[in-house]
Parts: sequence; C-alpha cells; structure tokens
Amino acid sequence: MEKLIQKYNDKLFKHGLTERDEPLIGTLDAEIIWNKTNKTTNILEKLFKTLNINSIIFSEPAEPYKTIIEYLTKTSSGIIYPEDCETRTFLHELPYTKNFDVQTITNILKERKSLIIPGHGIITFGTVSPEQAFVTFSSVCFAVYIKFFSDYLEHKKHRTITNEEEKTFNKIALMINPYPEFSFSLMKGPFSKEKVYKALNEAGKITVKSKLVDSYFGNISYLIDNIIYISQTGSSLDELDGYIDTCPIDNSSCAGITASSELSAHKQIYLDTDNTAILHGHPKFSVILSMDCNQQNMCKYKNQCHTKCPYKRFVNDIPIVPGEVGTGPYGLYKTIPSAIKGKRGVIVYGHGAFTACKKDFNEAFNNLLSIEKMCKQEYFKRANI
Amino acid sequence: MFGWCGKILKIDLNSKKYDILNPDINILKKYIGGKGLAGYYLKDHITLNWHDPDMPLIFFTGPLVNTISPTSGRMTIMSKSPLTGTIGDSSVGGSFGFSLKKAGFDGIIITGKSFDPCGIEINNKNITFTNASSLSDLTVNEINNLIRDKGSTAAVGPAAENGVLFSNIVIDNHYFAGRNGLGLLFSSKGLKYITVKGTEKTKIYNKESLKKARQDIFRLTFASPVLMGELGISNFGTAALYDLIDNRRMMPTDNFRKTHFNNACLMNAHIYKKKFNPKKQGCLGCHILCKYITEDGSSIPEFETMSHFSALINNNNISVVMEANKICNEMGMDTISAGATIACYIEILNKKLSGSDIISILKKIGYAKGIGNELRKGAFRFAESKGKSESAITVKKLELPAYDPRGALGMALAYATSTRGGCHLRSYPISHEILRKPVSTDRFAFSGKARIIKIQEDLNAIIDSLTACKFIFFAATLEEFSKVYTSITGIETSAQDLLKIGERIYYNERIMNSLNGFTKKDDDLPSRFFKYPGTSGNNIDIPPINRTEFIKTLENYYKIRGLDINGIPTKEKSKELELEWKN
Ligand SMILES: [Zn+2]
Repeated sequence: MEKLIQKYNDKLFKHGLTERDEPLIGTLDAEIIWNKTNKTTNILEKLFKTLNINSIIFSEPAEPYKTIIEYLTKTSSGIIYPEDCETRTFLHELPYTKNFDVQTITNILKERKSLIIPGHGIITFGTVSPEQAFVTFSSVCFAVYIKFFSDYLEHKKHRTITNEEEKTFNKIALMINPYPEFSFSLMKGPFSKEKVYKALNEAGKITVKSKLVDSYFGNISYLIDNIIYISQTGSSLDELDGYIDTCPIDNSSCAGITASSELSAHKQIYLDTDNTAILHGHPKFSVILSMDCNQQNMCKYKNQCHTKCPYKRFVNDIPIVPGEVGTGPYGLYKTIPSAIKGKRGVIVYGHGAFTACKKDFNEAFNNLLSIEKMCKQEYFKRANI
Repeated sequence: MFGWCGKILKIDLNSKKYDILNPDINILKKYIGGKGLAGYYLKDHITLNWHDPDMPLIFFTGPLVNTISPTSGRMTIMSKSPLTGTIGDSSVGGSFGFSLKKAGFDGIIITGKSFDPCGIEINNKNITFTNASSLSDLTVNEINNLIRDKGSTAAVGPAAENGVLFSNIVIDNHYFAGRNGLGLLFSSKGLKYITVKGTEKTKIYNKESLKKARQDIFRLTFASPVLMGELGISNFGTAALYDLIDNRRMMPTDNFRKTHFNNACLMNAHIYKKKFNPKKQGCLGCHILCKYITEDGSSIPEFETMSHFSALINNNNISVVMEANKICNEMGMDTISAGATIACYIEILNKKLSGSDIISILKKIGYAKGIGNELRKGAFRFAESKGKSESAITVKKLELPAYDPRGALGMALAYATSTRGGCHLRSYPISHEILRKPVSTDRFAFSGKARIIKIQEDLNAIIDSLTACKFIFFAATLEEFSKVYTSITGIETSAQDLLKIGERIYYNERIMNSLNGFTKKDDDLPSRFFKYPGTSGNNIDIPPINRTEFIKTLENYYKIRGLDINGIPTKEKSKELELEWKN
C-alpha cells in the first residue's frame, strides 16, 4: 500500500492535477497509513470508520482547476453537472459543500464518488485501491475544465457573460500551457509481433506527456496478421508494459476479454479501412468544441446529442459524430468507422478524438495533436478572443 | 407496501398446511431480502441436523425482483449445507423469483417432512400439495417436461434422491442452485418439485427515477468489456473466461497439481460456439443474457464446468465436457464438485481415465452405484476414507472452483473466509485481480487484500439480498443500485448504507457458522498450495503461497471483520450491527 500511495502522489503532480506533495493520501487495510499527517488527517480518519472504503485522496487541485472550481462553486447551487459524456456516465454529478465537517462529508460520500470543498480541495476515495481515488480526482478536474470552457463559449454567444466569468476566464486563459511541437519521430513501422509492444508503449507515453488524455482514459492499438494488439481496459497509456491484450479479429480467443472497452470500435475501423494503427485520447478542446452546436436549441434531439445527433457536423475538416462507449445501441463502433475514412481523425461528441493511419504511430499522434491544436485555436476564435 | 409483497408463505410438510407471515417493515429494511432475509429466518434453527424435519428450507426474492431493475431475476435458496455443515445458500437465476413475487410472496419457508414424495403448486394465493411418487427416478429434464405448464419450476433429480451430498435444486430446467447440496435437503423433506405462477405486480414508489437509474446502469454495462464487449460474457457466456484464466497461468489442472492446461486453446468458448451453434438465453429481467443453449436443449457449460471437466481431470475431448455437463444437469448435481471429486479420485487412483470412464462414473455417482456410492459424498470424505486427505482440494469440505489461488492471492484469502466453504463468489476478487474492475490490484500481493475481501463480501451479500446479479457489478456500483432500491421501495438509502447492511448479513452468517463449531482452523486452504508452485511460464511466475503472509492476512481480516483471534464473532461487533449475539 505504501508503494501505491507514493505512486499516486507522484502521478497527481505529474499530470498537473495537484502541486508537488500537496495531496493527502491515506489507505486502510488493518491499519491506516497516511503519506503525511496534519490537522486534516484527524477529520479524514473518521471517514474510514464510517465508510466501507480503503483509500482516500484529499488535495487542493493545481491551477487552473483551483480557480475554475472556485468560480463554479460560487455560481452553481450544491451540485455541478458535468457536460462531457464520459464523466456523466461514471460520476453522474459533482457535489460540493462549504462545510468542512465529518458529518456533511460522510453524508455526501455515502452516495457519490467525489466531494468538492471550495477553498480546501477535492476528496475522492477507493474501495479496492487508491487508483480509484486518483481516477475520480482526475475526472473531476477534467469535468470542471470542460464545463467552464463550454459554459463560457455558450454565454459569450448569448451575451450573458458576467464580469466575474470574464475575469475568471482571462485569468485562466493565461494559465493554459501551449501544446508541444511534434518535432521528433516515433518508431518507424510496419512492426513485427516482437516490436509492436515497444511501439505501443512509446506512442502511449508521448500521448500522455502531451496532455492529450485525462488520467488513464484513452486507448491505442495496432493490427498485425489479423490480430489486434490493444491496451487493456483501465490501463494507463503511459504504463502499457504488460498491459497489452492480443485479440484475433475473428474472436477465436477470448483472452482479450480485458481489452479496452473500445475494442469494437478499433476492430470495426480495421475491418472497414486499410489502417493498421489507432490512437484515441480525450484532448480537452476537441471535447469542448464537439459540444458547441448552433442547432441545439431547435433540435428535436436536444439533450440526446451524444447518441442521436442527426447532423453532419465538422470542426474544419474533422467530422464530429455521436456514439457511446462500448457495444450499446448507440455504440461509437457504429459511427466512427465510416466517418474516419479519408479523414485525419474523428471527434466523438463530448468524449474525445480517434485517429487512424497505416504503418506506425507518427501520423496518428501527429493528427491527434494537430486536431487538438486546431480545436483550441478555433475555440478562441469562436469566443472572439 | 412498495417493492416487497410483505407476505411470506410458510409451509409445514408434516401437516401439508400453510400459513402466511407478514414480516415487520423494520425486518425487511434490516435484511432486505434474498440471502439477508433467508439468513434471518434460518438463524434460530442452524444448530439442528440438516436432515431434521424442523430445519427450514428457505426461498427468498428481494424488493428489486419483478420490476424493471436490471438483472433482478434472481433469488436465494438457503438452509444448512449437507455437504459442509456451514450455512448453505445459493443465488439462482431463471424466472422462479419473478413468479414468486407475481404470486404475491417475498419468500417461502418450508419445514417438516412429507411421508410420500410430494410437489407444491403455487398459483397466486392457491397452494396445492400433490403426490409426486410417479416422478421418482426421473431426470430433471423429464420432470420438467411434466410440470412446466404449471409455471416456473424448482425440482430435484436422481442425485438428490440417491443421497449425493452435492445435489442441486434445478430452476426452470437450466438454472442451478448449486454448491451446497441443497437438492439433498429438498429431497429429504419428501419434496420433488415446486411450481409457481401468479399475476400480481410489484408496486413501485417512483417509476420515473427507476427508469433513469436503469438507464444509467445500462450505459455502464454497455461500456463494460467483460459484460457486453466483443469477447465478453454476453457474447460467449461465462465460458469467455476460459482463455484468460489459462493465459494467466491459474487454470487448475490435474487436480490442482498444475496451473496451465496445454489443450486449453483447442477447447475454448469460440470452439464451443462454432461447434454447437447455441442460442443466447438468460434470466428473466436481464439484458446481459449469458446463458447459451443448443438446439437440442443442452446448455453450453459455464466456465467452471468447462474448466473442471477438461483441465482438472485432464480430458481433451470437448464432447465429453458437453456430455458430462448434461449428465450433471439431468441428475441434478453440482458440476464443480462432481468434476473436482473425480479429479481427486483420479489422483488417488493414479491412473488416467478415458472419456467414457468419466461419463460412466458420473452416472454411477447420480445413482449411488459402485464407486459412485463412495464419490457421492464429495472429495473430502472420499479422500479421507482412503487415508489421502491431501488429495481433496476443498475448503470446509467444499470443492474449489476453477481459479487456482496461487494465481490470485485475494482469491486465496476469499476461499478461506467464505461462509459456505471454498467458493469464488463470496468476494469474487477475480474481478479486480484479473478482470481489472473496478480497477486492477496486484494479484501476487496480500497487501491491502484483507480489507478489500471484506468489503467485497459485504457488497456481494447485499447484491444477493436485493436481489441482483453479481456480474453486473463489473460495470455498475451500489451508487447506481441504491437509486434503484430507493426508487422501488421509497426508502432513502445510499451506497454506503447498503454496504453496511451487507456487512450485517455476512456477519450473521459468521455467527451461524460459529454456532456449529467453525473457527480459524476451518478458514484454511489445502496444504498443496503452500508447498508446491503452479505452472510458471508465459513470463509469469506462480510460486507457492507464503503461509506466514497468508496467516497474517487472515488475522488482519479477522480484525477488520470484527472477529476475535479465533475467527469467532464478538458481542461488541454484533451489537454494533444490531445482531443478536449467540455463543
Ligand atoms: Zn474514450
């Protein structure tokens, strides 16, 4: 458990979610272990007594999340509703409270996976591993970021911006780091069965490093001889060593039952196109722009955009399609393959971007990065900045 | 009343009379249903012999059953296990639970003993007792053909009549209340079958919020690779696990002397699907549908069955697996115990058996003939009678299923602490140790596992009480199911409140076992796992389990569960959980 505490303490910092060594992380097996003690540990320790959980993360988020959360909690009442589909599926809603007392915290965490306490931080927990607490923490940060920028654009368009919102936006805009340049080369394909693991690893790492995914969401695959080499469900794109599943395209082995929930989408792309490499991430501005639609108010599918959007939508040359994770009736495996043909990539409404190419990951990564850069530019254009 | 019917059918087979109990709402809130309520009604009788006519045989549904709640078509059957002497409960699918609620009952409690073989037929409020003498010796399938017009069915086959300690109660011909020999107890009461049908609706407190909660759960299940994925159990049945478990080097082979089966890739789910072309079915009220049935009405074996009738007994013939599964189902006996008992027999005999030998032995077990009369008592009793106890791979006399504990140390602890003996379903650590849900944990570490196992036992206890299917929790959580519960019953609750009730239900089982003398010495694994390694390979090392660490983790578990150092429930913890403490 000590090793896991250290791991997620480091990861929170590395992903830009908290300041270095800011998080308070506790785990409980037979005894409680904290990474450090202060007056808050006394309060949080009581949560372990009342809740059937085994780990807690409590931390003030890093900027710009801190400022965003301060703003959102000031302007919404009790609960923040995330806009993006992924967070909605897994977290449903983001409750907050101004009362930093055990009873209030307990009551909210009895029902939800996270709690925001403005001015103090975010509390998340796990029932089997601190990894759950980390993922939830990261998802909360992602969700508030998407929500803030989406709302801002919406308010700007309808001229309902408040001074406070404008001020917050200007402050945050200065905090956003530019995306890196792709000035190097990834491994050159086509890959052999031996080399493919290294290539997937390398491309996964660079995707995370370039901040094109949040926490571990995102996936990657490569096709050799009708076998899909794909990242496992819930694996971190920057830690793929040992977490690649092999799935024969004819389903002749189920050993890849632990493969990414997007296996069906990857498979369908391989079946319908001549690509051999696929990369999927959740770049923030691609997600934000995918939800910016002028038809929304008069559309009969309002509020069902993520499943039923009837329009052919684009950001410049990149199609935006509806679709849900997995194999359901609105599965994105039905919408992406036809849309991605002849394109640099596809953005899934409120979710993320897929890129596919032949040979190796150079083009796939370059496209994911350039789509996100384009979306960011387009965002500021639409917001008239 | 919302959710529950508020009525329990109490049947006395001595007099062939019945009564209706109206449980207090506080009892319902405290134990919910399924195994929670069944355990509550079992507790006062648990020290009786299993074959005592006063020992109750209990069927319970839960408040979610007969509603649109996802995977709600399940129920629990519970009593004392003839095989293990522990509490014996089994969560079972099919449509019996739905039909029972439709007839207006949350559960049935049966005591007494009928002089002649009898059947019970429930049609709404009409309860009829029939003479079932003519059904003796018939297979489950044959019985079912005669009674299925009368509604959903529960029946026992020849195995139960012939004293097989691991005989099942079979629901709707294809769903098995297995593992603990409850079929034998059913038969000991002179019962041959029960049928049930009805027309009542379960009252829902808030239909709109129920619909929303259901939608939230659906979205999660569709996003789950294990459930609805390309290679998941909806597409292949639980057989989908076969490749994975072998690939992770934890497929019990040659009676747990190896953990890798060379022939696995030729006997996997894909090959069954290709060869037998089965159609998808499932429990009532489920959208996952993990049951596969062929045109001639045979079930494709579940993962455990597939594994034990191939790797464990070293059989390379897929048709023998199908046939063995069919015989067990028609005889009404547990496939895991049957496979493991034969594996134990092979080890002691020290000779390979042919496919036809295996089929012939299974029939002999079902009819208690020849060697079958010895093997019908299960691996533990058989090995002990031959002076070879070490060849019985059991915990509390229950044969272990198809996950070698050397390949998942949480599973090692969970086998030991399970209240019904060597069972994988109490905590199902395979979920995080192998299937990566809700996130993955290190399968070769004991660190942190004591608390995880305890929490997951509480979780599964509440799932079996609501009732829902454990599989759906690969995707959904109590966060969503607490909304379902509140929408149906109108009772405000939360994920953590439900988990606390799960803790009470599980502790109650621990109390019952302690009353029958179970202590720390019973919470242990066969010595083989501590002495010998599994089959390493594929860059995976499978060493023996470190006994010192195992014991330390078990002791941590006791501390976390609120048991004393001997694994006995305490007065203080019982009080905290509002349970009556007995000693
Ligand atoms: Zn995604």
